[in-house]
Amino acid sequence: MAMRQCAIYGKGGIGKSTTTQNLVAGIAELGKKVMIVGCDPKADSTRLILHAKAQNTIMEMAAEAGTVEDLELEDVLKTGYGDIKCVESGGPEPGVGCAGRGVITAINFLEEEGAYEEDLNFVFYDVLGDVVCGGFAMPIRENKAQEIYIVCSGEMMAMYAANNISKGIVKYANSGSVRLAGLICNSRETDREDELIMALAARLGTTMIHFVPRDNIVQRAEIRRMTVIEYDPTCSQAEEYRTLANKIIENTNLNIPTPITMDELEELLMEFGIMDVEDESIVGQTATAE
Amino acid sequence: MSQVVEDIKPSYPLFRKDEYKETLKNKQEMFEEKHPQDKIEEVFQWSTTDEYKELNFNRQALTVNPAKACQPLGAVLCALGFEKTLPYVHGSQGCVAYFRTYFNRHFKEPVACVSDSMTEDAAVFGGQQNMIAGLENAKALYKPEMIAVSTTCMAEVIGDDLNAFIGNSKKAGAVEEDFPTPYAHTPSFVGSHTTGWDNMFEGIIRYFTLNHMEGKEVGSNKKINIVPGFETYLGNYRVMKRMMDEMGVGYSLLSDPTDVLDTPADGKFRMYDGGTSLDEVKDAPNAIDTLLLQPWQSMKTRKYVKNTWKQPATDIAIPMGLEATDAFLMKVSELTGQPIPESLTRERGVLVDMMTDSHTWLHGKKFGLYGDADFVMGMARFLLEVGAEPTQILCNHANKRWNKAMKKMLSESPYGQNCEVHNSKDLWHFRSLMFTDKPDFMIGNSYGKFIQRDTLHKGKEFEVPLIRIGFPIFDRHHMHRDTTLGYEGAMYMLKTLTNAVLERLDEETRGMGTTDYNYDLIR
Repeated sequence: MAMRQCAIYGKGGIGKSTTTQNLVAGIAELGKKVMIVGCDPKADSTRLILHAKAQNTIMEMAAEAGTVEDLELEDVLKTGYGDIKCVESGGPEPGVGCAGRGVITAINFLEEEGAYEEDLNFVFYDVLGDVVCGGFAMPIRENKAQEIYIVCSGEMMAMYAANNISKGIVKYANSGSVRLAGLICNSRETDREDELIMALAARLGTTMIHFVPRDNIVQRAEIRRMTVIEYDPTCSQAEEYRTLANKIIENTNLNIPTPITMDELEELLMEFGIMDVEDESIVGQTATAE
Repeated sequence: MSQVVEDIKPSYPLFRKDEYKETLKNKQEMFEEKHPQDKIEEVFQWSTTDEYKELNFNRQALTVNPAKACQPLGAVLCALGFEKTLPYVHGSQGCVAYFRTYFNRHFKEPVACVSDSMTEDAAVFGGQQNMIAGLENAKALYKPEMIAVSTTCMAEVIGDDLNAFIGNSKKAGAVEEDFPTPYAHTPSFVGSHTTGWDNMFEGIIRYFTLNHMEGKEVGSNKKINIVPGFETYLGNYRVMKRMMDEMGVGYSLLSDPTDVLDTPADGKFRMYDGGTSLDEVKDAPNAIDTLLLQPWQSMKTRKYVKNTWKQPATDIAIPMGLEATDAFLMKVSELTGQPIPESLTRERGVLVDMMTDSHTWLHGKKFGLYGDADFVMGMARFLLEVGAEPTQILCNHANKRWNKAMKKMLSESPYGQNCEVHNSKDLWHFRSLMFTDKPDFMIGNSYGKFIQRDTLHKGKEFEVPLIRIGFPIFDRHHMHRDTTLGYEGAMYMLKTLTNAVLERLDEETRGMGTTDYNYDLIR
């Protein structure tokens, strides 16, 4: 089986890293070889797999060594639960430098050092919240990730973000082989959440690949720096992640997304009662004027 | 293919030998996928047409040969004009190699300038560590008394904060707290080399005066500050000093790289030589006024002089040509109360005499010119003074206000009625204009030589000869020592223009038995 590369995008704080690590644990359980590439200066994409506070990142190690050229793959590539390979790109402290450049540097390093040449079935990129600059689009550039999964929920801003990320994908999809592979709904228990995300997925030209219910066991596992699958393999939430893992393994539904306009998105939100019908007459009115 | 010691040929004429001609031909035919010569010729001819010019001027996504350089280049020149000052560029190394070679090729002098060599990890984490190590090393190795910091694009794109980084470097003990480290952010993707000069200069005067204005009083040192702007004619610095000396006016020439860019070969290497002293900079707020010789290129400095030094920063035009030099000297006289001395009056008279001697050759001659905003403004004014007609004026980095001012000046002279003014255009646009609205000559830097070649290729009658005045001049020697400002500068330009006209006339009339009835001994 050829190596499949998948990137996980979504609004900041939506649960990308948690979802990614749990679903990767599910894939690993089935005997697949997986690598996670964390593309976030916070470097928290692999802690549940490695049981670590934070992994030494490529950029950190490169700065220590002097240059990236002096770095060896085994310095930065760690193996954790289920033989999952873990690597973090890392990046600067908030407020200085360029995090996007860090992602570019790190991924180039992995390519040059042959991290992808191993006998891998899956590579998962866990990418920081918004695709704010070219650096964070690195995982979908050229011949890297070809399947994009967007983690979202029934909240308005999460859906805005999903639509925006789809716009970003279109830019690269037209000239390359990157495709939107589905929405993963990480439930926030809003009303008619599953229906809403399915409707959004349909508008974006994709499907909701799985609805992950909310369960506090995820947090309990996280405190122990573990995935649910490792912490309590028999619980129902572990089963949900296994289902998600299976669906991704079986997924062949790859599409060029059809992002919608702001107006269309707002219409959809109004349809589901998340947003009120806009009353133009009150725009710009102060409390006293009303 | 080997050469013999007694007769070593340089690439020209060596490559004219048959064996090399054949090698070149094979290379083109076998490896370069060269188009057939007639196709090349066809496209060339098309590129000289009005139709192509229209397309060319609608070009949006491409700049070809921009007729400007980048900000830190200007910052480096500015820093070189201060005593024992090391220009320091925070960013990548290649940029600094470029600045140095660019000046080497023009001034034929070594140029001291360092970078803190930001590499991949610095681009991600920010360049503070480079700044700390760089300042410490640069000071220890090259023993400057001031380090003037500017930036390359790389540092600017990632948002490095010079103020914080330099402050932290001092806290880390890289250099002493009181070691002068003025700085300027000089992103290359904004403005041009002239903006960079202005930014660096403002950075330097800000560093030395912003928090030291107490006790400063405008006029108390009875001097005039002269700010040259991005100036590469060393004679221009010298003529300013001479004129001020002859007037008996106290002055501070703020940024004066004359000595360091013109060092003698006496067996001694001078990393630093001459330059404006730091004391002069500190004393500058006490001057009567600060005159900006290149006002269109000194916007930021003007603002600082007005707002912080509270000096009038009297508006002058670049003192190029007769009228502008008159105005400049009269303004200096007015500000200082010193009369214009007999020596300068006489010098003026000689210039006027030269102008009347030569104007018959220049009258009605058409010129296209390109270059920096103030240079082309001064040059155009001078051309109008001698009855020559500027027909195409191009400046890439100038703004719309400059364009308006230029058009106004042209409209006020009978010789400026048929002139187009272009800003934000490049030398590929200029090339089109040289075909579609052919002047007799073009005036500009060395890059114009390729336009001259192209116009000649269309036919001798289409050739537009280049007169080299501007920056950079890489293919002629020592022109940087000449003068273009003041009466002296006007004499140099008059001589250069007139003799170019006469050279051309000789070239056209020396056909034996055909045109040589006009090949005259006396012109």
